[in-house]
Amino acid sequence: MKYIDEYRDAKLVKDIARQIEAAVDPARSYHFMEFCGGHTYAISRYGLEDLLPSNVQMIHGPGCPICVLPIGRIDAAIELAIRPEITLCTYGDLMRVPCSNGLSLLKARSAGADIRMVYSTLDSLSIAEAEPNRQVVFFAIGFETTTPPTALALRFAIAKDLANFSIFSNHVLTPAAIKTILENSDVHPLGPIKIDGLLGPAHVSTVIGTQPFEVLAEEFNKPIVVAGFEPLDVIYSILMLVRQVNDGVHKVENQYIRAVTTLGNEKAKCEIANVFELRESFEWRGLGAIPHSALGLRSKYAKYDAEKRFEMVTPAAQDNPACECGAILRGIKKPSDCKLFGKVCTPDSPMGSCMVSSEGACAAHWIYGRFRRQGKADESWRTVA
Amino acid sequence: MTVKAKRSRLDLRNGRIDLSHGAGGCATGQLVEDIFHKAFDNDWLRAGNDQSAFAVPAARMVMTTDSYVVSPLFFPGGNIGSLAVYGTINDIAMAGARPLYLSAGFIIEEGFPLADLNRIAEAMGSASREAGVPIITGDTKVVERGKADGVFISTSGIGIIRAGLDLRSDAARPGDAVIISGSIGDHGVAVMSKRESLDFDTDIISDCAALHGLVAAMVEVAGSSIRLMRDPTRGGLAAILNEIANASNVGFRIEEEAIPIKPEVVAACELLGLDPLNVANEGKLVVVVAPEFADALLAVMRAHPLGAEAALIGHAEADDRCFVQMATSLGGSRIVDWLWGEQLPRIC
Repeated sequence: MKYIDEYRDAKLVKDIARQIEAAVDPARSYHFMEFCGGHTYAISRYGLEDLLPSNVQMIHGPGCPICVLPIGRIDAAIELAIRPEITLCTYGDLMRVPCSNGLSLLKARSAGADIRMVYSTLDSLSIAEAEPNRQVVFFAIGFETTTPPTALALRFAIAKDLANFSIFSNHVLTPAAIKTILENSDVHPLGPIKIDGLLGPAHVSTVIGTQPFEVLAEEFNKPIVVAGFEPLDVIYSILMLVRQVNDGVHKVENQYIRAVTTLGNEKAKCEIANVFELRESFEWRGLGAIPHSALGLRSKYAKYDAEKRFEMVTPAAQDNPACECGAILRGIKKPSDCKLFGKVCTPDSPMGSCMVSSEGACAAHWIYGRFRRQGKADESWRTVA
Repeated sequence: MTVKAKRSRLDLRNGRIDLSHGAGGCATGQLVEDIFHKAFDNDWLRAGNDQSAFAVPAARMVMTTDSYVVSPLFFPGGNIGSLAVYGTINDIAMAGARPLYLSAGFIIEEGFPLADLNRIAEAMGSASREAGVPIITGDTKVVERGKADGVFISTSGIGIIRAGLDLRSDAARPGDAVIISGSIGDHGVAVMSKRESLDFDTDIISDCAALHGLVAAMVEVAGSSIRLMRDPTRGGLAAILNEIANASNVGFRIEEEAIPIKPEVVAACELLGLDPLNVANEGKLVVVVAPEFADALLAVMRAHPLGAEAALIGHAEADDRCFVQMATSLGGSRIVDWLWGEQLPRIC
């Protein structure tokens, strides 16, 4: 398969693994956070951990969009969806995220709410066109990757003069989350976490480019390598990080040059800027309220903004207190540190959002890697408090 | 399927199912006669009874039933009708048995085109004749518009199993070899390619086929050294291996590179964010066999048209946790898990 097989070449991957083995300093350890759920998935799916030296530790980050959505936002969406005139459309992964009162979008649907899984924003527009008597709300979620399609959907809705279409925006911003993680890595109440470098997001960077990460690398003295999601991309990016750490430098490097440029996709950025504006603050699951970390519709599009149109209220819902999603999303704990992991919390009956998507740290570890380190605490990657 | 009276012919080109076709009267008889009897034609149906009588050989019998609700009803390489015949034949064959007879029950939605129903019935008749397994009894119900998705079909089947053969899900033992009869994921991808919301171009056609001929050849050469057989339908290869692992209290270790997958299937799964190991098959089987018989079994499978791409993909091992583990082609390892919940596309 052209453009896929090349990045899964076993010989090349093993060769890079040997180069990492040769490059690492046995006297020290390396702790790299993969920000994106796509990286977490690739590392688990291809068993890449097995190829890394024991002193290179990967730390799962908060880069799974459904993992970081606080359950109050889903509660609010369900409140909306149970209104008889509303059809709520959203992407598949979100359907199973547990929220308050034992509900999820999937359970709300089976109880009678009109909630439909769509494969693209345009599907929800088609539903609005086909069913003019329904109020169709698109439950928009995701990082910068999925924001341009939402912006386009709004533009098309305006062009078609669709009076029955609106957007519940939950789009969030990657650099703000990375900044919060790095700012609090040593002082957070949940505990310190050592991060020597980051695998930067791939799809996000195709939109925003590598430039937004430069200030972060500089401010926090951390190397960042924007990495693709194929196994060869991931392992080569880890080698690039090891080399930066060894050389004592901290710059932004672009491994994913076949798709990412310094400035990103100007047209997509323009679409986003036309439709969205920064929210003053937005609540992230596990990370708390982060200023200027999310996008809402510009006030001139208020009639397409579901939050305003339907006077939506986001309840202050609490996560299950035993659920460690917050610490796991920060990289402070590993999935197997959570008392619920694999007991009451499995992909079949997730208690926390990290157990839902295959890109969530807990689900990835359960589905692909729970045979690793069975019954053996792996504490070596964590700094001493 | 009993009514025989003089009546006009169905309009098979433009007609549609209405509630009278399920009311048990003249219209029902006309539907049964013009579509089902004609398509399935055999002595048992021609006898016109509400049931069919037949002689039972002196042997252990196997019985199974399954319901088919596939969407879309027609897909590259088959349709719900051929699937309903092959699926039940294969369930019987997985016991190492010879399928003898089938029944077919239909739940049809008001408004369903008669032409489509006729096409489905003809596919069933053709599949059962080709397999040598006649459909000898059946039932038809019609439900109001909106209460079904076109047509649902339920088929049951019986077969006989030769003396001394007893294939059971709990029979896998550490060291046993695991063989698959061919490439995985073809059926699931063929069906998904025609779903309204996903419509994408692919040359992949469903692998749906009756496997009892292949099974007969396998049983002939390996007999009771075959521990068990399963067809990896819904949930795919991953689900079947996990089911066997749990039933037999063993683990499995398989090799990613050994598993046959067509490049088109890999590409489609990449596009949709699916794992081919979870994707459905309708013409493949997994066999667990005593290791010393693996080569002979592989040879006889490869000599059969439905097993030409058969491959030894791994072995059972002692593991109280019943993990199915896979050595990845890159040199790492991972668990091959059940499908948890519905297989849903990723967000990004």
